[in-house]
Amino acid sequence: MSDVTSDVQSFLDRLAERSAQRREAKGQEPTWIAARRQAGAARFEALGFPTRRDEAWKYTDVRAIARGDFALAEDAEFSQAAAAALTLPLDGYRLTFVDGLYSAALSQLDGLPDGVTVAPLSRALEENHEAVGGPLGRLTGVEFSPFSALNTAFMEEGVVVRLAPGTVVEKPIILQFLSRAGERAVMSHPRILVEAGGRSQATLIEHHVGEEAAANFTNLVEEVILDRGAILTHYKLQEAPLADLHVASIHVEQGRDSTYTSFNLNLGGGLVRTDLISDLNGQNATSNFYGLFYGQGRQHVDSHTVANHNAPHTFSNENYKGILDDRAHGVFNGRVVVKRDSQKIEGFQSNANLLLSDRAEIDAKPELEIYADDVKCSHGTTTGQLDPEAIYALRARGIDEQTARGLLTLAFAGEVLEEVALDAIAERVELAVAGKLPERFNLAGLVEAAVALGDE
Amino acid sequence: MLEVKDLHVTVEGKEILKGLSLTINAGEVHAIMGPNGAGKSTLSAVIAGKEGYEVTSGSITFEGKDVLEMEVEERALAGLLLGFQYPVEIPGVKNIYLLKAALNAKRAANGQPEIPAPEFLKLVKEKAAEMKLDASFLQRSVNEGFSGGEKKRNEILQMLVLQPRLAMLDEIDSGLDIDAMKVVADGVNSLRDKERGILLVTHYQRLLDYIVPDHVHVLVDGRIAKSGGAELALELESRGYDWVLEESAA
Repeated sequence: MSDVTSDVQSFLDRLAERSAQRREAKGQEPTWIAARRQAGAARFEALGFPTRRDEAWKYTDVRAIARGDFALAEDAEFSQAAAAALTLPLDGYRLTFVDGLYSAALSQLDGLPDGVTVAPLSRALEENHEAVGGPLGRLTGVEFSPFSALNTAFMEEGVVVRLAPGTVVEKPIILQFLSRAGERAVMSHPRILVEAGGRSQATLIEHHVGEEAAANFTNLVEEVILDRGAILTHYKLQEAPLADLHVASIHVEQGRDSTYTSFNLNLGGGLVRTDLISDLNGQNATSNFYGLFYGQGRQHVDSHTVANHNAPHTFSNENYKGILDDRAHGVFNGRVVVKRDSQKIEGFQSNANLLLSDRAEIDAKPELEIYADDVKCSHGTTTGQLDPEAIYALRARGIDEQTARGLLTLAFAGEVLEEVALDAIAERVELAVAGKLPERFNLAGLVEAAVALGDE
Repeated sequence: MLEVKDLHVTVEGKEILKGLSLTINAGEVHAIMGPNGAGKSTLSAVIAGKEGYEVTSGSITFEGKDVLEMEVEERALAGLLLGFQYPVEIPGVKNIYLLKAALNAKRAANGQPEIPAPEFLKLVKEKAAEMKLDASFLQRSVNEGFSGGEKKRNEILQMLVLQPRLAMLDEIDSGLDIDAMKVVADGVNSLRDKERGILLVTHYQRLLDYIVPDHVHVLVDGRIAKSGGAELALELESRGYDWVLEESAA
């Protein structure tokens, strides 16, 4: 136990240093922020880091985080050329963060339509901290997990997105998080707040990427509030360096007739844990959770999702696919919870996993908790290898076994990628999956051929 | 080009082929007919290397090489292609992926570079049009949601793109209406070439009205009981298979 306490203490020490530093630079913070920080720190201290004895963390060992010695970044410098190579080739409004700090130089918000706010959290707080303070922390409080408590204690940067009622944002809003390779590992605790007004519509792309040798810790908290009829598509494209550690807690609150669609696309990161929770609070609200994870080496990818059907006539639809190679470890835990009196809801959940190696491991746990009697729910999880009949059919056309396996692996991922409306994302992930397959698969050329045919 | 000698094959311990011999020369079209359960499909499956078939004795050579020693993909690359009776659906693998991967595998085996993208697209679109398949089929998953006729036309499309040395077609006519059969037959006829052999496995004579074979063999109880020209198929159509059985038993 003593080492666990000291793990916690090193984070608290860092927090004290940061607070002193901030006071010196900027004076006292608004009382509510200081109070929340304190509550976060107290909660984190009381809970400590989760261990595998905690049910929600049974399959995910966070000692690599707990024992890490993480500094806080001092600047957001990143060369334009290096950033350009990592940036998604998409036309959109872009906010860039380097090791958690906002980089104005790498951001582009020109032409934002009226009624749309996209701002770094630090600026939003400076401009009107009370307007931010109300919703912030309402969905993800310090009680959610030790990580949400830690985030609350450290929070200083992030994103505020506000869409006025009826606003439709045509171009995607891209939040780019760059991880730097430095002498010391750093940590960041970004905080994202999205408030989508009635019948507003937008696409949010969260892109985690960085320098290959980086080994940083990101502890993200996101709160998304969809008012009546709002439509939000949320991509979380995880292409972080392989030694990066990433924990994200995403809470979504949905009003009547709103639609939230999540694409949780995990390709990078050494340890990735995502909690995605939606509260379907109004009739005809829909949550779509699509996920794809591809783990190699010793990557560990853990996705926990919960769809809370708090109102009648609400819909959730989930499809997660995992591909695991080498000694990679995947965790899928999906829950559908139907409250008493939430009649006529539909909740569908599916998880399929493909193990490419004998040493790869998956822990899959679909859960249904139903307290209403007139509902349509289904769930299922499968784990397997590639279809031998299909391998034979491809080999019988002269395709070697490795390539045949590669094609079928790509096909397995395809079912989720078909749902992706943004071609640039679907193609990037498809190429990444093709590229992750052993060299001999050489599928990238095939994907390009199909793209060329599609373009005609 | 293909020489099958005294082939004995068992499936799950049961002997299906009991000493089958067959020679196919370049430029010839052979049809194998016979009652259900005679082992017609087994022959082409063994040549193509499908698992689950045990060759207990006999030999298969193709252009002097021992086929039974070759891997499945090596056989295909040598030019032995089988059009399946029941083409497998491969969800998520686009037709165009299969065609390009297979064609490039063949080119690599022949020491040729990969086919340039524009040339490839032109080729596959042209061949798809010949098989009366819309270009959109190229983007669809292999056989997924295809009708029976579309699956069979897709098999022939693969043949047209890959240009095998010996095309083996297992019950390519089953489940086809007359219009689809004509399209398939036109496709197969376009493959007829003095350098290429074609082996048709069929239960019905109907297909042979459209693809007229040079040789017809009747397969009964694991052996070729009778061989003849195209006229033999017509005789089978009118008299059935029993007389061949009786003749071979005698």
